[in-house]
Amino acid sequence: MKHWDLKVWTPKPVLKLGAFYAVLALVTGSVAAAAVAKDISPERKNELRYVLEQDCGSCHGLTLKGGLGSPLLAGKLTDRDATDLASIILDGVPGTPMPPWRPLIQPHEALWLAQILKSGDLGQ
Amino acid sequence: MKVWATSTRWSLGMKMSLTAGLVMGALVAFSASHHAAADELRGTGDMGLVVERATGSLLVVENTTRTQLARVEGLGDLSHASIVYSRDARYGYVFGRDGGLTKVDLLTAKIDARVIQAGNAIGGAISQDGRLVAVSNYEPGGVKVFDAKTLKLVADIPTGSKTVGLVDAPGNRFVFSLYDEGAIWVADMSDPHTPKITKFENVGTQPYDGLISPDGRYYIAGLFGEDGMVMLDLWNIDKGPVRILDGYGRGEEKLPVYKMPHLEGWAMANGMAFVPAIGHHEVLVVDTTTWKEVARIPSHGQPVFVMAQPDGRQVWVNFAYPLNDTIQVIDTQTQKIIKTLTPGKGVLHMEFTPRGEDVWMSVRDLDLIKVFDTATFEQLAELPGLKPSGIFFTWRSGRIGL
Repeated sequence: MKHWDLKVWTPKPVLKLGAFYAVLALVTGSVAAAAVAKDISPERKNELRYVLEQDCGSCHGLTLKGGLGSPLLAGKLTDRDATDLASIILDGVPGTPMPPWRPLIQPHEALWLAQILKSGDLGQ
Repeated sequence: MKVWATSTRWSLGMKMSLTAGLVMGALVAFSASHHAAADELRGTGDMGLVVERATGSLLVVENTTRTQLARVEGLGDLSHASIVYSRDARYGYVFGRDGGLTKVDLLTAKIDARVIQAGNAIGGAISQDGRLVAVSNYEPGGVKVFDAKTLKLVADIPTGSKTVGLVDAPGNRFVFSLYDEGAIWVADMSDPHTPKITKFENVGTQPYDGLISPDGRYYIAGLFGEDGMVMLDLWNIDKGPVRILDGYGRGEEKLPVYKMPHLEGWAMANGMAFVPAIGHHEVLVVDTTTWKEVARIPSHGQPVFVMAQPDGRQVWVNFAYPLNDTIQVIDTQTQKIIKTLTPGKGVLHMEFTPRGEDVWMSVRDLDLIKVFDTATFEQLAELPGLKPSGIFFTWRSGRIGL
C-alpha cells in the first residue's frame, strides 16, 4: 500500500475569520449576544462550525448557497430575525426535510449559529 | 493512444497554504506512487474516483492495489457530488452541487471538459448508448442533456421544480422525479434534440430520490412527505405508477432525519429489495415479485445508503448524522444484522470492488478511505483523502442506472 501523508496539509477553510467578536457585536448590537457567544467554548464552536459546513451543508451546500434546503448566505438572510432563525434550527420546518436540531444543539448555540450566518462571517 | 504516464499533473496543493517543505514531501510521495505505472499501457477496469467534497478535488484510485494514483483539482463545490462513467470506462462525468459538469480522464488524471450548466445541481446519468449525459438541477429546476463527448448542450427540459432521482433506462430514456410537483417524467431521447416526454402527475408528496432496478424495468421514487414509495414498471408504462410500501410507518412517530437517504445504491438481492425507511431507524425489505413488505430490520440509525454486494449475499448500510460512525451488515437470507462495524465518524459512502470481495468506505471526519474484506470484515487498508465522500468505481460504466 502506498501512502502519502495528507496530514501535512489542510484544506483551505471555505469561510474566513475576521474579527469575529467585533462582527458579532455589530450584527447584534447587544451585550446579550456577546454573552451568548462567550458561553460557548472554543471547542464547541469549532464543532458547531463543522456541523454547519459538513452536515447542514449536505442540504444547504458546503458554501451555503442552497440545495434541497434554502440558501443560508448572509445576503439572503437580511430580512430574517436571528431569533426566528434559531427557532427554525431548533424545531425544524414541519412539512419540509429541515429537521429539528434541538436534541443536538442548545438554544443559545442555535442563536449563535443564526448570528454568524447573518453576519456572513462563520470564522474558521 | 494515450499512455498512463504524463507526469505534470501533481499540482495537488500548490494553491493551498502549506509550507514549502511539506509540499515537497507530498510531491515526492506522489511521484513515487505514480512512477511505478509510467510508460505502461493500462486498462481502467479496476480504477475509480473518490470525491473530496470540501476541496473540490477527486482522487483517482486503483482497487487492485488499494492505492491512490493521482488527485484532480478544480471541480468546484462537490458537496453531494456523484459520478457516472463513459462506456469505455475511461472518463468520469462528475456532477457537482454548484451546477458544474466535469468530464475527467482517468488515464491522464486531467479535466477533459467542464461546463457550469446550472446554478444548483443534484446528480446525473449517462444514456444507454453512451452519447448523452443528463444532469438534474434544483436551480433552475429541470434536466439538461449534453453531448457526452464535448459537453455541448443538446436538450433542455425545464420542469419548474427541483428535479431529483435521475436515471438512465433502456430505450435511450431518462427517468426523473419532480420534488416540488410530486411527479415522475420519462424522457425518450431517441431524437436527442427533441425529447419526447411522458409525464405522471400526483404520484406522491416530495419524491426525494429515485432508482432503477438493475434490469432497467422498475423505476422507484422514495417519498419524503409520505411513508411510501412509488414504482413505475417501464415494461408496462401505460399502467402508470403504483404505490408500494404504503404507510410503512403509520402510527409511529417520525424521528428527525439529519441526512436524506439515497436510493442510487439499489439493494436488490435474493429476490428482495432493501430500502431505507424515512424517519424510522429501519431497513425495509420488499419482495420484488409481489412488491409487498416482507420484513423490517431495526437498524442503528436512519439508514442513508443501503447497498447490496455484487453477489447479493449481504447488504451494507450506513447512517445519518449523528450516528454516522457505524456500518451494519445484513444477511439477505435471514434478514438479520450479522455485523456492526465502527470505521469512524462520518462514514458517508461505500463502494464494492467489481466482484465484491472488498468494500471501500469513506470516513469523512478521519480524512480516510478504509477498505474491508466483505467475508471476514477485517480492515485491509486505509488511504488518506480530504473529507472523502462518494466512491465510484468504473464497473458502473456498463450498468443500467448507475
